[in-house]
Amino acid sequence: MEIFLRFLEVLISGLLSGVMYSLVALGFVLIYKASGVFNFAQGAMVFFAALTTVGVTEKFGVPLWVAIPIAIVIMALLGLAIEKFVLRPLVNQPDITLFMATIGLTFFIEGLAQLVWGSTVRPLELGIPDVPIEWLLDKAGMFISFFDLVAAGICAVLVTALVLLFNKTKIGRALRAVADDHQAALSVGIPLHHVWGIVWAVAGFIALVAGLLWGSRNGVQFALTFVALKALPVLILGGFTSVPGAIVGGLIIGATEKLAEVYIGPLVGGGIEGWFPYVLALLFLLVRPEGLFGEKIIRRI
Amino acid sequence: MIYREAGQYKTTYLNDSQIFPIAQDRVAVALLLVVAFVAIPLFATPYIFSGILIPFLILALATLGLNILTGYAGQISLGTAAFMAVGAFASYNFMLRVPGMPVLLAFVLGGICAALVGILFGLPSLRIRGFYLAASTLATQFFVVWCLTKVPWFTNNSSSGVITAQQVEILGFKFETPQQKYLLVLAVVAVMALLAKNMVRSTVGRSWMAVRDMDVAAEVIGFRIMKSKLTAFAVSSFYCGVAGALYAFCYLGTVEPEAYNLDLSFRILFMVIIGGLGSILGSFLGAGFIVLLPIFLSVVVHYTGLPNSVTSNLELMVFGALIIFFLIVEPHGLARLWQIGKEKLRLWPFPH
Amino acid sequence: MKFRFTRLLAITAVAASTALTGSLAAAQEQYLPLLSYRVGPYAAGGSGFFGGMIDYFNLVNANGGINGVKLSWEECETEYNASRGVECYERLKSKNGGASVVEPLGTGIAYGILDRVATDKIPMTTLGYGRSDAANGAVFPYVYPLITSYWSQAAGMIKYLGDKAGGMDKLKGKKIVHLYHDSAFGKEPLPVLEAYEKSLGFTLIKIPVPHPGNEQNSQWLQIRQANPDYVILWGWGVMNAVAVKTAARVGFPREKMLGVWWAGSEEDTIPAGDAAKGYSTMTFNTPGNYPVIDDIRKKVYGAGKGNLSDKDRIGSVYHMRGITAGIIWVEAMRNAQAKYGKGKVMTGEQVRWGLENLNIDETRQKALGVLNMFPTIKTSCQDHEGSGATKVQVWDGKAWKAVTPSWVMGDRAMIQKMVAESSAKYAAEKKITAACAAG
Repeated sequence: MEIFLRFLEVLISGLLSGVMYSLVALGFVLIYKASGVFNFAQGAMVFFAALTTVGVTEKFGVPLWVAIPIAIVIMALLGLAIEKFVLRPLVNQPDITLFMATIGLTFFIEGLAQLVWGSTVRPLELGIPDVPIEWLLDKAGMFISFFDLVAAGICAVLVTALVLLFNKTKIGRALRAVADDHQAALSVGIPLHHVWGIVWAVAGFIALVAGLLWGSRNGVQFALTFVALKALPVLILGGFTSVPGAIVGGLIIGATEKLAEVYIGPLVGGGIEGWFPYVLALLFLLVRPEGLFGEKIIRRI
Repeated sequence: MIYREAGQYKTTYLNDSQIFPIAQDRVAVALLLVVAFVAIPLFATPYIFSGILIPFLILALATLGLNILTGYAGQISLGTAAFMAVGAFASYNFMLRVPGMPVLLAFVLGGICAALVGILFGLPSLRIRGFYLAASTLATQFFVVWCLTKVPWFTNNSSSGVITAQQVEILGFKFETPQQKYLLVLAVVAVMALLAKNMVRSTVGRSWMAVRDMDVAAEVIGFRIMKSKLTAFAVSSFYCGVAGALYAFCYLGTVEPEAYNLDLSFRILFMVIIGGLGSILGSFLGAGFIVLLPIFLSVVVHYTGLPNSVTSNLELMVFGALIIFFLIVEPHGLARLWQIGKEKLRLWPFPH
Repeated sequence: MKFRFTRLLAITAVAASTALTGSLAAAQEQYLPLLSYRVGPYAAGGSGFFGGMIDYFNLVNANGGINGVKLSWEECETEYNASRGVECYERLKSKNGGASVVEPLGTGIAYGILDRVATDKIPMTTLGYGRSDAANGAVFPYVYPLITSYWSQAAGMIKYLGDKAGGMDKLKGKKIVHLYHDSAFGKEPLPVLEAYEKSLGFTLIKIPVPHPGNEQNSQWLQIRQANPDYVILWGWGVMNAVAVKTAARVGFPREKMLGVWWAGSEEDTIPAGDAAKGYSTMTFNTPGNYPVIDDIRKKVYGAGKGNLSDKDRIGSVYHMRGITAGIIWVEAMRNAQAKYGKGKVMTGEQVRWGLENLNIDETRQKALGVLNMFPTIKTSCQDHEGSGATKVQVWDGKAWKAVTPSWVMGDRAMIQKMVAESSAKYAAEKKITAACAAG
């Protein structure tokens, strides 16, 4: 029983960590799905968003609930600016060029964030207690943080909204058309730039949500950009183009990573979390090269 | 007028298969080598050698390696630094454990070790493509560095996992000053670059390009995809491995596995793309650009008189913006600019 | 587009050329290169540390320099990256008549220039990091791991934990977790901890955290399962705040955690919020206020020359470390001037002598206005560390407070034996004949 409870605790804690990875992965998926761009700057955007929120509260002395809407507006503007100054001139370029452009963007955003708000480390208090839930502790002896459950809830809401957006709205249809084929979409009259602008603005919003949750846990600091590295295996496992894939991938990666670290790690010297998810995703890809829910690429000669 | 191939007739097969078929190119390359081997050592200062030229050449070699894989064979990799690490730590161990091991042979053996690791991690490329492959190569990056930190044998049981590269000595001659190290690095890089230039137009090189352009089609016309992809991984990793060994032996001296981190992999990918995919010359241009630009920026912003906390961030922003700018102006890299220049020169000064 | 680009090039070219001609410094200035980092993941620490150094240099200049020799310095952004750091070192070392001492504040860079400083005859100080065995000046004449090295720190930690348990023999049968950053840095203290494990009979559980350590659920689940008596947190960067926070999440008492000094600054505890209360770490500065810091407030920040943009950070942990480094440099130069000629600019070789013959005792500390801010330092060729003492501080929710009134010293003899062994191995590998320079 003891062993089983412990296993369960590791599993649940892993699943909840996975949700946090999914949050970041969602931003990647959204942009990839709508424009075929692998947006490496997502991590920098997470950092920028969190820092902007904290910076606004600090500089203007406003409470958090005022700062967050301001940050949403700033992130949306940032998204629109990226579309206009980076992506629009690069339409129809090879994928790898676009990928590189987003790496350039990463440097720019990182520099900008620290230039405007400074490089000191700041706390971010959302008012969600990050302590074990007493009830579970008493009943099962398990340490599950309330904060994680809130994060999971937020993530669920986001995913539902995104799925609805993609499948039920006019914009969603336009997005899917653009993702399928830029030129075909343009020729049937879909306003490409308009659509991309929206997508980047929404991605900015998702970065803000991820930034707030991660920032409140790690402190708002440069290292927030590293959360992107946690999202990549989620992405390859779940498929670059699938919103539900980001969630399922996150859960799988989170759970197996923790189980591996706790049960296999001590046998080989530990610290395997850094590469284990990548190897797992790699092995998985050997079976399904497009990830769990990725669209199958049909290749013609 | 200056650069034209018209009138240069090839009358034998041997003649026709030269590396540089055009006389002007041969002269230019010979001149370049003379400048690099003779003129620069006469005039450059130690700072130019050890601050700029040595890292430039070493990174150019690694870029060349990645360019073989990404530019010629079409497989994106984010694990370049890991292959460099394998090369460096393997060379170190060969030097340490085999008495009387010549250092150049150790570099080659280090490169071969890197090639073997490259083949192993190249296997998934047979199934996986594009960004899926790119993200999976991160597995190499993290796994190799983890291994080097974890297994004490690789670092000769050094408590902290740091190695100190041995003295570079060839036939009793010690390479100690920056100038001597520069010449050694230059010689290695020049030989390997010429080899690469030759290789990419051989059967192997052509098979890489066929696979890059459309692997299914390449398979249909009789290329063995597995062989092409894996040789690309092997050759590319070999180059990276040698570059990594040079990085440890001729540049940093004492290194920890973290010196070969993800940042380095990204920097090398930058160099490939800014320089130009599928171009040997581009590898050098790209490496030069990415090595020199931050130094240049830091020198320039340093004299703006702004406080350092501002200039450091400005430096980063301008660096990012310039990369985007270059991609927008010339998505095919600096090598393409060079090519355009050559085509202009073909007619110049009589364009009509 | 083309036009704009050429114009940009022209402007930068002009800027560069005017800059190069304008950088000739006056002859009577002691030039110091600063390999600083103010961007990237460790920018917060870098800006505090180098801010502290520069503030102290400004204070020295405001007081008339070292026997009339003013200090001048130039910064170069290393981004905490080994190859950028090496380039910066190479760029700055021969400027303005040549560098005389260097401090990279980063393990990777320190390793990258380890061989170079010996060839260039420029001493390198590594305050509280870098190779511990560099304390042996016979093998590493140009490297100064001053005040305390990682090994001394590990020994100090065990000593403190032993005292806390009521005697070193009381550690027998206890469980100590070494939670470390999975890198050269985190593995450095392992030989010391393992030696103590053998001699004192406690159980050492080693749990690595992969870089960057922004997620530590599995490590803390393991810790909770092991239920140790103490956790040593050997972390760096974001890993520290996350460790403290995760400890709170799994209900591990922070009072049982003991961090290294790189886990013991405001940057590490503030992001953790309330969770950090009661968390203690090692340090080599006694937190508090000192006359020298008041002087800096008055003479440097009062004159608008302060380096920190945020005045609240004056006297913070990193700032104080920077001031300490500045004091040591200046004292070494003063020392060297006493031997080689007062009011002269010192060369690297001369400053090296100054560093090797440092003696900052309590009288000297009092004169400098830093009594008890750092342990007394007395260096020699055999001992480049000069002290080996550490202190323990605790975070009370707002500020760091000293826990141990006096300095904590681990098993000095054991550490010196290990330094001798390890540096002998290095000397054999590099074929160095270990010897102390005369004079």
